[in-house]
Amino acid sequence: MAVEKLFKDEATEEKGERARMASFVGAMAIADLVKTTLGPKGMDKILQSTGRGHSVTVTNDGATILKSLHIDNPAAKVLIDISKVQDDEVGDGTTSVVVLAGELLREAEKLVGSKIHPMTIISGYRMAADCARRALLDRVKDNKDDADKFRSDLMRIAMTTLSSKILSQDKEHFAKLAVDAVMRLKGSTNLESIQIIKKAGGSLKDSFLDEGFILDKKIGLGQPKRIENANILVANTAMDTDKVKIYGARVRVDSMAKVAQIEGAEKEKMREKVQKIIGHGINCFVNRQLIYNFPEELFADAGILAIEHADFDGIERLALVTGGEIASTFDNPESVKLGHCKLIEEIMIGEDKLIHFSGVEMGQACTIVLRGASFHVLDEAERSLHDALCVLSQTVNDSRVLLGGGWPEMVMAKAVDELARKTPGKKSHAIEAFSRALIAIPTTIADNAGLDSAELVAQLRAEHHKEDSNAGIDVITGSVGDMSELGISEAFKVKQAVLLSATEAAEMILRVDEIITCAPRRREDRM
Amino acid sequence: MALAFDEYGRPFIILREQESKSRLRGLDAQKANIAAGVAVSRILRTSLGPKGMDKMLQSPDGDITITNDGATILEQMDVDNQIGKLMVELSRSQDYEIGDGTTGVVVMAGALLEQAEKLLERGIHPIRVAEGFEISSRIAVDHLEQIAHKFDFSATNIEPLVQTCMTTLSSKIVNRCKRSLAEIAVKGVMAVADLERKDVNLDLIKVEGKVGGKLEDTELIHGIIVDKDMSHPQMPKQILDAKIAILTCPFEPPKPKTKHKVDIDTVEKFQTLRKQEQKYFDDMVQKCKDVGATLVICQWGFDDEANHLLMNRNLPAVRWVGGVELELIAIATGGRIVPRFQELTPEKLGKAGLVREKAFGTTKDRMLYIEHCANSKAVTIFIRGGNKMMIEETKRSIHDALCVARNLIHNNSIVYGGGAAEISCSIAVEAAADKYPGVEQYAIRAFADALDSVPMALAENSGLQPIETLSAVKAQQIKDNNHCCGIDCNDTGTNDMREENVFETLIGKQQQILLATQVVKMILKIDDVISPSDY
Repeated sequence: MAVEKLFKDEATEEKGERARMASFVGAMAIADLVKTTLGPKGMDKILQSTGRGHSVTVTNDGATILKSLHIDNPAAKVLIDISKVQDDEVGDGTTSVVVLAGELLREAEKLVGSKIHPMTIISGYRMAADCARRALLDRVKDNKDDADKFRSDLMRIAMTTLSSKILSQDKEHFAKLAVDAVMRLKGSTNLESIQIIKKAGGSLKDSFLDEGFILDKKIGLGQPKRIENANILVANTAMDTDKVKIYGARVRVDSMAKVAQIEGAEKEKMREKVQKIIGHGINCFVNRQLIYNFPEELFADAGILAIEHADFDGIERLALVTGGEIASTFDNPESVKLGHCKLIEEIMIGEDKLIHFSGVEMGQACTIVLRGASFHVLDEAERSLHDALCVLSQTVNDSRVLLGGGWPEMVMAKAVDELARKTPGKKSHAIEAFSRALIAIPTTIADNAGLDSAELVAQLRAEHHKEDSNAGIDVITGSVGDMSELGISEAFKVKQAVLLSATEAAEMILRVDEIITCAPRRREDRM
Repeated sequence: MALAFDEYGRPFIILREQESKSRLRGLDAQKANIAAGVAVSRILRTSLGPKGMDKMLQSPDGDITITNDGATILEQMDVDNQIGKLMVELSRSQDYEIGDGTTGVVVMAGALLEQAEKLLERGIHPIRVAEGFEISSRIAVDHLEQIAHKFDFSATNIEPLVQTCMTTLSSKIVNRCKRSLAEIAVKGVMAVADLERKDVNLDLIKVEGKVGGKLEDTELIHGIIVDKDMSHPQMPKQILDAKIAILTCPFEPPKPKTKHKVDIDTVEKFQTLRKQEQKYFDDMVQKCKDVGATLVICQWGFDDEANHLLMNRNLPAVRWVGGVELELIAIATGGRIVPRFQELTPEKLGKAGLVREKAFGTTKDRMLYIEHCANSKAVTIFIRGGNKMMIEETKRSIHDALCVARNLIHNNSIVYGGGAAEISCSIAVEAAADKYPGVEQYAIRAFADALDSVPMALAENSGLQPIETLSAVKAQQIKDNNHCCGIDCNDTGTNDMREENVFETLIGKQQQILLATQVVKMILKIDDVISPSDY
């Protein structure tokens, strides 16, 4: 007797082969979607949002593309998730990880088709991933001790990352920007202290790294536009007439005169506060919150530059750069650390006025000003630069470096292939499949560049048969080249993360033999 | 439909609006119920064992869960059928009681229901079937007691515990590094266990997850991790030998509970009030400083002004720490939670060897580690993994492992896994069946058959010939009188579970059999289902 109804009305349940098919198809669709953006000759995607304004984004960044997709297929969501994590963890390789996971699943589908149990495939994949990782570890280079070489490593990594992005035309310029910026961080991975200001106009080449700090704010009226040897007080305090914070306090008066008195007292209080601030011996005051007209006037009178409403990040960065502390009380001027800089002036970029702090004490934070023809270009440039910065900052911590251009994949594929030959049993098919999936990445890079991928990859494989080969795909000339001579490098951390998360995701999807979709929650306010 | 008439021929209303209700009675009702129960258990059947598959569940909001844990699958499945819900409850109660074996219990119940259906078809009354099952479950549980094996472990020798936890973890996706995870779980439990009272408070083990990194980076931290950062960006990121003031009062002027108003009507009052307010902040910070605290952990937020004062006086602080975490910190550091500044004394401060802030990845994620605590009775298991679903699944797996370790500390009896215990019980029940006169005999035999279904499912999932394998193992058990023979799921060439180190806890197994029998009895006793039809 059949069960009439186990689930709610709209819930669906897919079992066994069908479930597996659904997840394979979904995952591969996602992988194919971003596949064409891989590599230096990868193409971009236009994303149009469904929200108001139908704003358009042009991008090459895998994570950005996937983030904006509305996907219903559960397996596809797993892939989107790994791409997001890759973005958060290492910043780059967001496309590679999805493509690799997609290829692993494509291979797995074939194996399942030839009646190999998913669990066998998984155990094969695990062995292969482990072996591939070890193969990479064997070939990493570490130039941490040699500062010059390390820097050139960083340059190469930055250039490799940027070469697949919109910035590829000026990659040297931007690579230098990124490396300079990251070196200033001195090992911290906090990218917050690198500020990126986007200003439309000019060309991408006009972008520059500023040693000092640029704040996208205007100077208050009637205040000096240029200060030398500035003492800066960075503050986060309310500059309106301070409320009394004691609970339940309220003003109750019985005559107009008293209102005026209390108002006067409030004003007096404000004046006192401003006096205290001035008493710090400063000539520049930057506040996170608003500075109202009255105190601004007072500051102007004292010849102090007052900047209001600098957002929180701006304040933190400014504090980092100038070495001051963020103050909220002003009673003991001697204990508050002030920030210093040689020169504050108003500068013009394009047609916007900005405040420029130069000659700062601690060079931890810096500003990169991006120029470009349109907002789309600027947005994409920012994303690309962000990728590069992320990779670089991770590389500073973990200085192991690999070659790029499909080299790591070939090295892994070779090692995995050898393992497959040694392994007895059905697992060897899965291990072999893993190596095929790895080779799919250089194949895709070549395909995207319009090259004869079958020929190139075959050559590459032959080349890698020799010990210690440095061969990879040189997309520019369309042939196999020596990657160390061409200066194409990638960070080990990125490759490792790609390998591990792609395998993990593939494993996760492979293990599923049933998909249960609950009835979607009803929304009251359907438009 | 039931219609009764009084002497004037008017119908009594027994069921209101009975046309619009569907109703099943007698054998039909039982069969429908059994079918529903079996359908639920069939979903879980393929998840059993080390080679079991996972299920992917999409919640009403579109979130994805991928899991192998029976209780989680059923909970997320959003079952609508009443009997289905009973099965969900069954798995949940196993989860609450034991924490592991949530899949097994449902599979067992499903098998019992299948057997019961056959008996019902032969015309045996459901109550007799239920009684037969009851008798056999008692036999099985007693038998388990006999074959159970006590093993010894101590704080230094945790190997047996690790082995048992590994059995639990081997069916999950994390089996890649089951060894290290099992060790983490056991060490975590041992750290908080009270071996005297044989009790473990699992609340003291906090399981935190953070996306990124790899599973191998999962670690056990003898201390607490809080997903917070220092309240002021320029406070020190590392504190050695911290003395921690744990506060539940905000750094704000007091808010008396009684309703009151402070009226300001003169300038003097306004100014005194202002002075007062500043003094509050000053006093509070000074108070913390006076008792020697070097770190303030506060449940509430504090004002910008207070924040800066703390910074100014070189007193790092963490704000908005949740109540549970606060408690754990208090336990770990041996401090007391202080609800008022006035009650702050040096003795109430917690102590930790090292407090540090650690940043992750490229985003602004920071976490606070409190380590080398005075009292290491609170530990944190910090899970890393490739994606969110992986972390969630690892959390569930670790929870299972923790529960198993706790159960072992509670009661150190084990039985052999891999279906060995079930097969042994099945033989025992089968043998006992012949001693019972009456119809129950049939039910008892059916129970023995149902017990076979767990090893059968294991074999099926591992790609073995289920019937052949099972009969071979059974013959071997009887021939050698060795109750350690089970299904060789991992294809290692031996089916002696003692060599394979596949253990399960005795209470877990017993509970499985008892709970499954109970639910089946309940389902069998239902002979009338009235449900409102679709509207």
